[in-house]
Amino acid sequence: MASDLSVCHLGLLHILMKVNFYLFFLALTGFSLTGHSVLRVTKDTKPNSEMMKFLQNANTLLLVVAVVSLTGLIFLGYSSTSLRYKEKRFCLKLSYKQPSVVGPDGKVVPVTPWLSPIVWEGTFDPLLIDSIYRQQNITIATTVFALGKYTQFLKDFLESAEQNYFVGFRVHYYLFTDQPEQVPEVKLGEERQLTVLKVPSSNRWQEITLRRMEKLEKLIESRLVNEADYVFSLDVDTKFYGRWGAESLGRLIGVIHPGYYQTAREQFPYERRPESQAFIPYAEGDYYYGGAVIGGLVKDVYEAAKTCREQLDIDAAKSIEAAWQEESHLNKYFLYNKPSKVLSPEYLWQDFKPHTNEVKIIRFSQVIKNYAAVRPNP
Amino acid sequence: MTMRLRQIFYVFLLGMFVGLSLSGLIYWGFTSIWFGNHLTGNLGRTDVASVTPWLAPIVWEGTFDSRVIDSIYKQQNITIATTVFALGKYTRFLKDFLESAEEHYFVGFRVHFYLFTDQPEEVPNVKLGQERYLTVKTLPSMNRWQDISMSRMEILEKLIENELASEADYIFCLDVDTKFYGRWGVESLGRLVGVIHPWFFNVPRFLFTYEHRPKSQAYIPAGKGDFYYTGAAFGGSLKDVHNLTKTCREQMNIDTANSIEALWHEESHLNKYFLYNKPSKLLSPEYLWRDISMSSGSVKIIRFSHVAKNNAEVRPNL
Repeated sequence: MASDLSVCHLGLLHILMKVNFYLFFLALTGFSLTGHSVLRVTKDTKPNSEMMKFLQNANTLLLVVAVVSLTGLIFLGYSSTSLRYKEKRFCLKLSYKQPSVVGPDGKVVPVTPWLSPIVWEGTFDPLLIDSIYRQQNITIATTVFALGKYTQFLKDFLESAEQNYFVGFRVHYYLFTDQPEQVPEVKLGEERQLTVLKVPSSNRWQEITLRRMEKLEKLIESRLVNEADYVFSLDVDTKFYGRWGAESLGRLIGVIHPGYYQTAREQFPYERRPESQAFIPYAEGDYYYGGAVIGGLVKDVYEAAKTCREQLDIDAAKSIEAAWQEESHLNKYFLYNKPSKVLSPEYLWQDFKPHTNEVKIIRFSQVIKNYAAVRPNP
Repeated sequence: MTMRLRQIFYVFLLGMFVGLSLSGLIYWGFTSIWFGNHLTGNLGRTDVASVTPWLAPIVWEGTFDSRVIDSIYKQQNITIATTVFALGKYTRFLKDFLESAEEHYFVGFRVHFYLFTDQPEEVPNVKLGQERYLTVKTLPSMNRWQDISMSRMEILEKLIENELASEADYIFCLDVDTKFYGRWGVESLGRLVGVIHPWFFNVPRFLFTYEHRPKSQAYIPAGKGDFYYTGAAFGGSLKDVHNLTKTCREQMNIDTANSIEALWHEESHLNKYFLYNKPSKLLSPEYLWRDISMSSGSVKIIRFSHVAKNNAEVRPNL
């Protein structure tokens, strides 16, 4: 998916606006300066005192205007360079209206502006979709990270997954933990297996979450390319309450965060500091995607994980940590590499949230947890 | 002299302030927070289904943002092959087809038209835009329009096998007795794309003109079927369209050996194929309409439509 910087398609309107503004300010500065010099000349021809005072005021005013317009020019010049991305693959700089998740009539919007389906209950036929994918004999790899006290969530996660998650399909769980002895004994269904992968402990929960991208990248490289067709990376402090099936499969899958599906894009908790690689300006953004779920074809999830990991490393080298760690980087990735399918908040809820009208069924939800009790650090 | 100078100065000041505030307003309005930028999104049709039960999007005006989609595909440097068959008197449709395509069809993208005809001298000279090509391929004439229609499948299959593999990313196969009236762009691209037949999009399934005789390979039992797709437009990735054309060609040969011809010829076989190999994207009847002079509630824009023709006059047989 490498794209040339030259194919960067800026909105025409945006360019015109900028050019217009530059010209305007230039003209303003010019007029101010010429006005100033004209007045200078008239000053020398000895007019009466009233006019002298007037001209002096006008003189000062025009000088102020010239300074102001010059500042404006500089400001615009500065802001436009900081907005321009130097990296490849991040070249979708358009300004367009934020897509809504729920329409004005209360009905959910079933498709994104780039024609990716948004999966809600009622938009698909589960039997039909299952039969389509069953014919393809696929394997779905699923990664979870359970370090430190997070192993306490494993039992519920696995047991509820066996009831609801890709039932009837071949699923291979890859469980990353620093305490393999804490992994509970959960009976798995037919064609379902679990592999435990030991990883070093960490003192900071932010560190644990940041390293997930790297682990996912390495796992895909070393094993999944040969072992699976699709891969999902899921948070472990969660539980399945409803069907999560083949309707969630696609090339690149993101899930809409349950807390922000009716929020204006300026209020999305994107990373807003331009120094971070995860930076997204206020005028941009489609949805706020949850970092708790990433999925898709092995190849495409690999690209996402690799890019996020690279961006995370660049940030780390500059001692900057994005607002919501890899979730911020994932949002940046999804902005410029739009998911081919988006899962509704049914696929990522939060237990402590009250139900809403649109979300008629909760399939997967983050359990209520006492942060102080489970995290290694605050 | 001073009066004039003062007047000039005041006018200058006034103009400057007005200009400044106006530009400021416009700039900030466009870059963000004002003008209710959030959650208005005039996209999202609720009067039509925009997704199938197997989660393939159905493309209607109002379901997609053309600029977003254009910029996604512009980064991919794609080529779209487009086949059209103009045999016998059908060459008369070529001029309008090609000229309107230059105005509306994948504008700004690389398109390669493959024009199959038995009369290459009748092909009109139409000026094509940049990065748009036309190759004329000669075919022997045929006496039956049904045969012409059905033979397209085999010709397409061979074309993809022999020529297109390294040349194109997507292929569309379109009828020639048509014209473009509106945008047909990259929103139509997908792995396997079917177009909903304009006469059957708001009609119950039992009225679909599927082939109902079990003897034919195109047979679809009663009670089955998702949509009735038109044979006048279909497309997708080379691999998937190759599979489609190959399967249809094989099925039609079996039918011929059994002395049966499907009710709507290759369209019947296409519908059978799409029932068991669901398209990854559907195009609404905006992408193939009945006639430009007819209108229908949900079809708010006509992009591509059959043109009126006198069947008896253009077809080699009845």
